[in-house]
Amino acid sequence: MNYEKIEKSAQTRKKVVNVVVYVLLSIWAIMVLFPFYWMILTSFQSYSAYNSEYIPQLFTLSPTLQNYVDAFTTVPLARYFTNTLIFTLATTGIMLVVTVLAAFAFARMEFKGKNIVFTLFLSLMMIPSELVIITNYVTITNLEMRNTFMGLILPSVTSVFYIYLLKENFAQIPDELYYAAKVDGTSDFRYLRRVMIPICKHTIVTITILKVIECWNSYVWPRLITDNQLYYLVSNGIQEIRENGFGRENIPAMMAAVVVISVPLIVLFLIFHKKIMAGVARGGTKG
Amino acid sequence: MEKNNLKAWLYLLPAIAFLGVFMVYPLIDVFIYSFEEGYNSASQTFFGVGTYNYSYVLHDPYFLQAVKNTFILVFITVPISTGLALLISVGLSSIKALKNLYQTIYFLPYVTNTLAVGLVFMILFKKTPYTDGLANLIISWFGGGSIDFIGGPYWAKMFVLCFYTVWVVLPFKILILTSALASVRQDYYNAAKVDGTSKLRIFTRITLPMISPTLFYLIITGFIGAFKAYSDVVALFGTDLNAAEMNTIVGYVYDMLYGNSGGYPSYASAAAIILFAIVLTITCINLLVSKKHVHYN
Repeated sequence: MNYEKIEKSAQTRKKVVNVVVYVLLSIWAIMVLFPFYWMILTSFQSYSAYNSEYIPQLFTLSPTLQNYVDAFTTVPLARYFTNTLIFTLATTGIMLVVTVLAAFAFARMEFKGKNIVFTLFLSLMMIPSELVIITNYVTITNLEMRNTFMGLILPSVTSVFYIYLLKENFAQIPDELYYAAKVDGTSDFRYLRRVMIPICKHTIVTITILKVIECWNSYVWPRLITDNQLYYLVSNGIQEIRENGFGRENIPAMMAAVVVISVPLIVLFLIFHKKIMAGVARGGTKG
Repeated sequence: MEKNNLKAWLYLLPAIAFLGVFMVYPLIDVFIYSFEEGYNSASQTFFGVGTYNYSYVLHDPYFLQAVKNTFILVFITVPISTGLALLISVGLSSIKALKNLYQTIYFLPYVTNTLAVGLVFMILFKKTPYTDGLANLIISWFGGGSIDFIGGPYWAKMFVLCFYTVWVVLPFKILILTSALASVRQDYYNAAKVDGTSKLRIFTRITLPMISPTLFYLIITGFIGAFKAYSDVVALFGTDLNAAEMNTIVGYVYDMLYGNSGGYPSYASAAAIILFAIVLTITCINLLVSKKHVHYN
């Protein structure tokens, strides 16, 4: 009787709330996906078709690949792409070596002044990059490393936070393993390579992915240090395309370039999305 | 553990060398620069030592515009993005089907190039002779007149900037808040249910206090990040931000250093230190407030 009625109304209320939640979540999902859809759509439209649409259309009936051809032939997009790839791989690689060695020293070795040095390292985490970039710019200019890969890579290598993250992980490995390895006559370096790195693979993969994302999207430092198109990274390339790009304001070709430079990270994300999200939740920030 | 000083320092050497050259030395140097008056970057000479650079920067109308823009951006986007992220995360944690799909979609902007997607936003909002743009089309459905969001009135440009900033920062916040919500112990909710507590009361009395450390962490990092806004602004309005009246403090620093108005590392250093002081002050205020309101267990 009355009780049934209450239960029924509670159930309908629950259903209504559920529907509302799904609708709101879907609205935001559309907000997130729409710019991506729009850039793909525009990139397949021909220049004349795009510009004759006074009222933008949500689909196209005559897709063309011409913009992608333009993006690779009219502007040195392939060059920007290779530069970014070299920059990303080199920076991430050097960063990994530096980070692993430092984390190992802090986690495994005993030396005078260890605590002081570690505290100093930690305090460097609070230094905003805007503060040090000015002198770095002058340093690199004085070393005549503008428009070189060295100039791009060297100041981007260090990440105190990753050293900290990895050190914490290394420190969790039980000491017994180390002593056992010592008894067997294993050298420190071999122990690091054969035992510690495999055990902490998870953290290493995380910081690698975070660094790759950071490198692929970096804009400020490359902009300061390169003014020769031959050394532009994708972010600077996009800015260059936007300002003097295709001779005229060719938005579809611009969008094709945008699609091309966005695809690698999106593919990487779709493959590793669980790892990336877990990694960012553990140690990521933006900006 | 045995002591092996030399070897340990050898392992640390690369990190110390990189940090020394590219972080510690610049950090000292930036203060020196900021007090050197009339520094000439070509001849590397200066006239004297004093606070002229600071007073120049503080009286520069471009800097004041940049400070105003940055503060508006910060105080609009941080509350909106944090609130929205909380709303979305609560919604996410209340559903089961499609939860992973939504989570993955929401995270997508995090991995995309800010400049590239900013260009798409620019096109959506820009008004050209050919078209009013999609944003204006939607406005016209609701009977509004068309506005040029990229080259038009100040508030319109600020709106686009805030909108884009929120779009860019939400993925991180949603991710962190969803995992914080998932880690609230189910016992508390069950106990509340037994007592017949209302949903709203459960949210304000259990959920919010339990996730308050995360929430404050996000607010603090949100403030710091928003104060450093730059590349999303460039993405929307191009590199000549002073002309667009859309410069930010970080943009001002870089403009002073490099580009058409560049070549003044002293002014850039002074501006950077002022920015650092502002961020430090706001962070301290945040920490003080959080001490009162955050529940740590």
